[in-house]
Amino acid sequence: MHFGPHLLLAALEGLVTSAVLALTALGLSLVFGVMRVVNVAHGELFMLGAVLAWAISTAISGHPALGFLAALVLAPLIVGLIALVAERLVLRRLNYNPEATIVATIGMLYIIQQLALTFYGPEARPVEPPFSYRILLPWFGYSGYKLSIIAASALLLVATWFVLTRTKIGLVMRATQYDSETAQAFGIPVDRVYAGVFALGAMLAAVAAVLIVPISQAHYLMGQDPLLLSFIVVIIGGLGSLRGTVVAAVLIGLSDGIISVFFSPTLAKIIATLLVAMVLVFRPQGLFGTASR
Amino acid sequence: MTDKNGFFDLSKTGLTRRTALKGLAAGAGLAVAPGFVRYSQAQSSAPIKIGFQCHRTGIGAAYGRWYDRTTAAAVKAINEAGGINGRPVEVIIEDDGTDPGRGAEVVGKFATQHKTDIVYGTLFSHVVIGSAPAAGEAKMPYFVVSEGHHVASTKLNRYVFQPGITDVKSQIQAMAPWIAANAGKKVTQIFPDFAFGYDHRDYLPPALKAQGGEVIAQIAIPPTESSFTKYFPQIPAETEVIYHVMVGPAVLTFVKELGEFYGSSRPQLFGFIDSLEATDINSPGLEFLDGSHFWEGSPRYAQPDDSAAQKAYRAAVGIDDNGAAVGDPKDVSTAAHMFGCWETLYVVKKAMEDAGYKGPEDRAKLVEATEALTEFAEGPEHPQGPKTFNGKIHQCFGIQNISKVEGGRLNVVHKTKIEDGLYEPEGDYTTQPL
Repeated sequence: MHFGPHLLLAALEGLVTSAVLALTALGLSLVFGVMRVVNVAHGELFMLGAVLAWAISTAISGHPALGFLAALVLAPLIVGLIALVAERLVLRRLNYNPEATIVATIGMLYIIQQLALTFYGPEARPVEPPFSYRILLPWFGYSGYKLSIIAASALLLVATWFVLTRTKIGLVMRATQYDSETAQAFGIPVDRVYAGVFALGAMLAAVAAVLIVPISQAHYLMGQDPLLLSFIVVIIGGLGSLRGTVVAAVLIGLSDGIISVFFSPTLAKIIATLLVAMVLVFRPQGLFGTASR
Repeated sequence: MTDKNGFFDLSKTGLTRRTALKGLAAGAGLAVAPGFVRYSQAQSSAPIKIGFQCHRTGIGAAYGRWYDRTTAAAVKAINEAGGINGRPVEVIIEDDGTDPGRGAEVVGKFATQHKTDIVYGTLFSHVVIGSAPAAGEAKMPYFVVSEGHHVASTKLNRYVFQPGITDVKSQIQAMAPWIAANAGKKVTQIFPDFAFGYDHRDYLPPALKAQGGEVIAQIAIPPTESSFTKYFPQIPAETEVIYHVMVGPAVLTFVKELGEFYGSSRPQLFGFIDSLEATDINSPGLEFLDGSHFWEGSPRYAQPDDSAAQKAYRAAVGIDDNGAAVGDPKDVSTAAHMFGCWETLYVVKKAMEDAGYKGPEDRAKLVEATEALTEFAEGPEHPQGPKTFNGKIHQCFGIQNISKVEGGRLNVVHKTKIEDGLYEPEGDYTTQPL
């Protein structure tokens, strides 16, 4: 294959990775930014979204698009609800203590994973894409659905940005992030904001999983890679920075796509990890993060 | 990051006498729990215990499910016919998570805790390679159904056998002439990046060269990969045949993305059915496979010339004419491999009867009796077909099927002969001490 089309394919693959990664990492970043909680179970919430998408889309007969759309709406809601319960039952009782919540979310990781294994099983199961249009380029064919993932993710990112910067809910969240004690003094129900943010973070992961599952199948171990990549993105972009997360996701996704197409996927992972090390050494707060006060 | 609540303050959790006593009691309770029971039954009536190292979870889970069903069916048939040496057969299953480290632990558990007579049933080659030393150390006969060349390479040890399924080197050698003559001479290989894939990587090029063909590119993909399009640009444009063999949970994605990439203007495809084992070939997105060819150890779809033994085997295992579970057309079997479980158990039965096997003290006799076997005739015990067995390399040799995807099913178009797959032994296990 010639260089041009080869690069195009690499960029397309990278953009799909970026799109999913941006959503997942944004969830992780929000939870950390507002709550100062490192959610190690984030990847499992992603997996739960995919598994629920399978369950919902197989329960609904008829055109595959119907089942998929239902999954796109319902799966994140259910995952959000589960996260809400976990936040009430676990994180709040630990007073959001940073060390304790890490240990607690590691526990949640294993509980969710093993429950999925018990009730869903060890198989990888496919979800039918809502449409299966194949875009025919002169050099290779490409899945139309994959391109729609990029668009859907961009839309969701814009929506999240809008909520965070242009609505009262966003204002309250940002106030809590900036200084939770002062926010509380001004009558902001910090407690409820925390619950909402944790649920929102989980929902972002779940919706990313629903988008990706028609091209990669639901499997109980699928949460590991997204968790690792999300951490990489969040560290590079700066914890709690929306802009940084999106930029870092595109950077990591594109470099992953291009390096793995031209060289090897292992090299792509090596370079991403190296980048994290460099950022930690030279700019510990991340590319767009603000230095801690 | 202060520890306000004292979560990490160990000084608070002093060990009192009461908790120490509690711990002791719990330990004692554990020791009498089921797994630790010592059987003191008389040897003659006690069941023969087969430790089944099963891929219940991990990347081999689909195979594990069907290996389990096939094993249960074979053991039921053996027990109904009077068991082995008049003793019933009992299967004890341990999950190895399709992980080599865990596999070795499972073998140890069978040897020391369950005290099984043999260990059996492993498929994934990295698990076999990881577990074999543990089996050799425990002097535990280890019958695998793995397909890899590692047993026949004589790189493992005298306790490891593969009497139920032909190894990859032999499969490739038998099929290379057909590939070169019917599919094309310029071949690009796509294979999983671990032991089993390396058998394909190492043995296809020489086998194809002997037929005037050539491997022009080799693409290794990690078995845990979930997206594949990024590997396809490495396929050279002059490729006439893509030879693909993938394993793992994402095989359906692999084949789908191959279809998206090429559409109808694809090169010839020759795949090992591993790329689609336990997956419906009529899944949406797989239409482009029509007309392509697959290797099958045993055919997934019922064939018009199926023997009575094959029909009886399919009924016993519970698969319908499409190779899916009876009653659940979506639960597609791993028919191309799982017959090996059935046949291996009958080989174990034959060897135990030849050895006059009484218990674990006769394990060495069992090894020698297995090595003395030479031929397995086609029939109810060997429904896939006749086989020969080379006791020096602990490996059997059988026929291979090449099937074509036509009208949404796989029809066998070519069967190789046993002789096509024979090669010079690379060593001799029988010279190793027992």
